[in-house]
Parts: sequence; C-alpha cells; structure tokens
Amino acid sequence: MEQRPRSFYCLAAFFCLFLLFLYGPTLTIGILSFQGKGGGLTFPMRGVSLNWFRELFEQQAVGDIWGSFRRSLALGLMVMVSTVVVSVMAGLAFRKKFAGSTVLFYLAITSLVIPSILVSLGVGLIFNQLGLKVHWTSSGFGSQLTWTLPFGLLIIFAVFNRFDKSYEEAARDQGATSWQTIRHVILPIIAPSLIGVALFGFTLSYDEFARTLLTAGSYNTLPLEIFGMTTNVTTPVIYALGTLTTLFSLAIIGVFLLIVWIVGKRRSRVGSDAGKAV
Amino acid sequence: MGKSRDIIAYLQAAPLMAVLLAFLVVPIGMIVVVSFWGATEFSIYPAFQFDNYAFLFGSPVTYKVFFATFKYAFITWIFTLSIGFTVAYFLAFHVRTQAMQTALFLLCTIPFLTSNIIRMISWIPFLGRNGIANQTLISWGLIDEPLEWLLYSDFSVILAFVHLYTLFMVVPIFNTMMRIDKSLIEAAYDNGATGLQTLWHVIVPLTKPGIMIGTIFVVTLVMGDFITVRFMSGSQKANVGRLISNDIALLQYPSAAATAVVLLCTVLIVIGVLLRFVNIRKEL
Repeated sequence: MEQRPRSFYCLAAFFCLFLLFLYGPTLTIGILSFQGKGGGLTFPMRGVSLNWFRELFEQQAVGDIWGSFRRSLALGLMVMVSTVVVSVMAGLAFRKKFAGSTVLFYLAITSLVIPSILVSLGVGLIFNQLGLKVHWTSSGFGSQLTWTLPFGLLIIFAVFNRFDKSYEEAARDQGATSWQTIRHVILPIIAPSLIGVALFGFTLSYDEFARTLLTAGSYNTLPLEIFGMTTNVTTPVIYALGTLTTLFSLAIIGVFLLIVWIVGKRRSRVGSDAGKAV
Repeated sequence: MGKSRDIIAYLQAAPLMAVLLAFLVVPIGMIVVVSFWGATEFSIYPAFQFDNYAFLFGSPVTYKVFFATFKYAFITWIFTLSIGFTVAYFLAFHVRTQAMQTALFLLCTIPFLTSNIIRMISWIPFLGRNGIANQTLISWGLIDEPLEWLLYSDFSVILAFVHLYTLFMVVPIFNTMMRIDKSLIEAAYDNGATGLQTLWHVIVPLTKPGIMIGTIFVVTLVMGDFITVRFMSGSQKANVGRLISNDIALLQYPSAAATAVVLLCTVLIVIGVLLRFVNIRKEL
C-alpha cells in the first residue's frame, strides 16, 4: 500500500473535528442530564444523580410527555408505512414516463423545499375553513407526508437508477406477469433500500416540528411538547428528556441497521445458487 | 398495451398525487386566497383587497427582515459548503476501504435522524454566559469577562444552522464524487497537475451538480426556518419565517398569508435559478 500523503492527515483531523462538532453538544447534555439535585443548566456538575430522569416519570412535573411520546410513536409508524408504500408505487410509476410525470416530480421537489411553516399555515387554514378540527392523525399526518414522501421518492429514484433491468426482462421472458415481476423480482432486490426509506420515514416524522406545529391540534407530538418545555422549564429535566429521546432515536437506527445487515447476510448465504448445479 | 401501461402508471402515482394535492397544492392555493382577505382583531373575513400586501411592502421592517433572511442563508451556505465539501472529499478520495467509507458516512448521517430541537438545546451549556466556551477561554487567559455574544445572537443562530444542515451538503456532494471516474484524476496527475490543480480543475467542476443540490437544500431550509432563529436568538432576531409565525400567533392569518406568498415566491425564484445549473433526476 502506498504511503498516505500529508493532506490525508490534515483532512482526517478536519473530519474528526467535524464529528466532534456534530456529536459534542449532544454528549454534553447527555452528561449534564445526570446533574446533581441542586445543579443548573451548565457545568459545573453538582454531584451526580438520576434526579432529573426521576422527575420525567412524575407526571405532574412536566406536562404530558408520555402521552406525546405515544402519539409521536404512532404517528411515526403511520408515516413510515405510508412513505414506503406510496413512494415505491410512485417510483414504479415514474419508470414508465407517463404524461405529467415531470409536473408531479417538480411538485414533489417543491414539497421538499417549500418553507415548512407554509404547509403548516395552509393546512391549518383549510381545515379551519372547512370547519374540521385539526388533529395529529389527519392534518398532522398529511402535513408530515409532504416532508417524508419526497425523501422516500428521491431514495427510490436513486435505487431504480442503479437497477439492472435485465432481471425484470428475464422474469418476463419466463412468462411472469407484471405483478409477479414486482412481487418476486423487483421488491426483493430493492428490499434493503426500502428499509432505508422506512427509517427515514419514521425518524423524520418522529422529529418533525414545523409542519406539525399548526396541524397537530390540541394533542401535542413529542417535539412540540419539548419545544413548549424550552420556554418554561429551566432545569436539567429537559436535558434528561433530550437524552432519552436521542437514545430512542439511536436505538431505532440501530435496529434498522441490524435488519439491513441480517438481510444482507442471508442474501449472501442463500441468494446465490452458484455451484449447486446438478 | 400502451394504454393499459399508462393507466397502471397513473394508478401507481395516484397516492402521491393525492397527498401532494390535498396537503400542498390546495393549502398553498388557500394561502394565496387568504392573503387578500381582511382581518379584525378576533376573526378573518373573505374579501379581495391588497391591504396586506400594501402594509407588507410599505413597512421598513419587511425589508430589514428579508435582508436578514438572505444574510443567514448566504453565511450558512458559505460555511456548510466549505465544511461539507471538505468532509465529502475526505470520505470519497482519502478513505480507502468501502466498509470504512460506509461506517464514517453513517456517523455523519446519524445526527440528522435525531431531533433538531434537542440539537439546538444542546448548544446552551456550550455557549451560555457560564458555558464551556466562556469558561475555557477565561481559563486560558484569552478573555477576562464572559463573551455575551456567544448565545442569543446572530453567531449562535448561524452556528446552529451550520450544525443542523451541513449534512445536506455532505450527502449530495459525496454522492457525486463517488461517481467521478478515478482515471480522470490519474490522468490529471500523469499530466503533471499538482493536487490543488486537480482539485480545482477536475474535481470541483465534476462535483458541481452535487454542490447545487446541497445548495438548494441549505438555502431553502434556512430561508424557510423560523424555529432556529427564534430559539437560538432568544427571540431577539427576526427572519421572514418568524414574521409569519408571529402573525399566526396573533391570529392575523391574512397578513401571515401575504408574507408567506412573498416568501414562497422568493424561495421559488432562488430555486429556479439554481435548477438551471443541475438536472436533479439525472444526479440521483
């Protein structure tokens, strides 16, 4: 192996600093959430305790955190499933270049880049004028989809751009119907990427704030609850909550990565019939 | 055959179309309509008047706030681009094994999948009056008194933007860099180009599409933001998004809608210009 150039070490150092920049603050509140009972929002630590985590579990201390957590979880799952299904279907449609596909594509891009507060405001106004009550399962759900679907779609595009069409042609040559081709050839091949879409769908929804703000109604999702806390909670209890929800996100990411890894393993073990010919 | 193919395609695209119609197109239409309505202190009423726009364009605050919005977008863009490009360059050209590349790339991506609000809150113990930054600087003897401008200032707002959105530069730039044919770089070296010359004349031009996509993300996210500015400036600074959210809080929906329409047009013009430089679908 050739010698590393000097630029490598400079860039590697820069990269490490970047990681420190990304993770440092989060680690800091991780540490500070174990602040002692009399401690404040900054260092020094006045002892170490689980006091602030305990307060989180005492309902009356800090609003309806667990209710909002359950809602965010349910909403995240709803958004996740819809994102995977809708963006795969749309991805299949886009491969056929139907009339109007360009318009739909740019609409999806607009949905991604439009200031979130506009979606929030617009959906809120519509529900208001129709005399409907905004609720996280209806208006909140739809508003979040305008954020997660374009991401799902972009990932699916990237997947299909790299997709070897000869697999499909082989299936068709052997007499598979188009549904059979999708079900038994395309979906299994793109499965790992679908896990990625699902992960994006869930986490983007779980952390979504701006588009849910005016559309969640009287029952807050977790990010809205946390934001409410920032204005009136001045103790490390907010760090404790931040630490827990970040750990939860990390656990979810871990589970998804594990699934991808297992699928990949299985595939390399049973996916090939090389050497098994009679 | 051709006909039924088309019908299937429309059926497959229908759910996406339905969501975008119901939760994007119609709401935006509604905003445009309401921007011409009138408002009393307690309610809004249908009308066709230009009062909201007249007030908006007649107020010097509007211009100041739009200027601040562009300022945030521009400064954040400079920082996210230089940091994002450097990180992507390191990952694409200096990390040799694919496993290591994937691992480091994941490390960069994970924070993006955690809560933005928590990531903003996490700067408080760093930047506060008695925060880590001030304590460190004092203990090094660089300053005698805590710096007041670290938190709740333009500095902290931009820092948070860079922290939250650099990833949106790293991913598309990395993606384009990975598609650069390595033999082009070897050719440049073989012809006697120095490392910097190769970087500037070969890699940067070939990375432009990625840079454009990253730019679109960062610029639109910053221009449409209201929460980062509010939180990180301790409500002391304003951008257009905050103008809108303040109006909403006061139930002045028509005025909020008019500001929203102007913001939307501004963002779409910026995107329109940027899209002239890149074909997104080809770059995925």
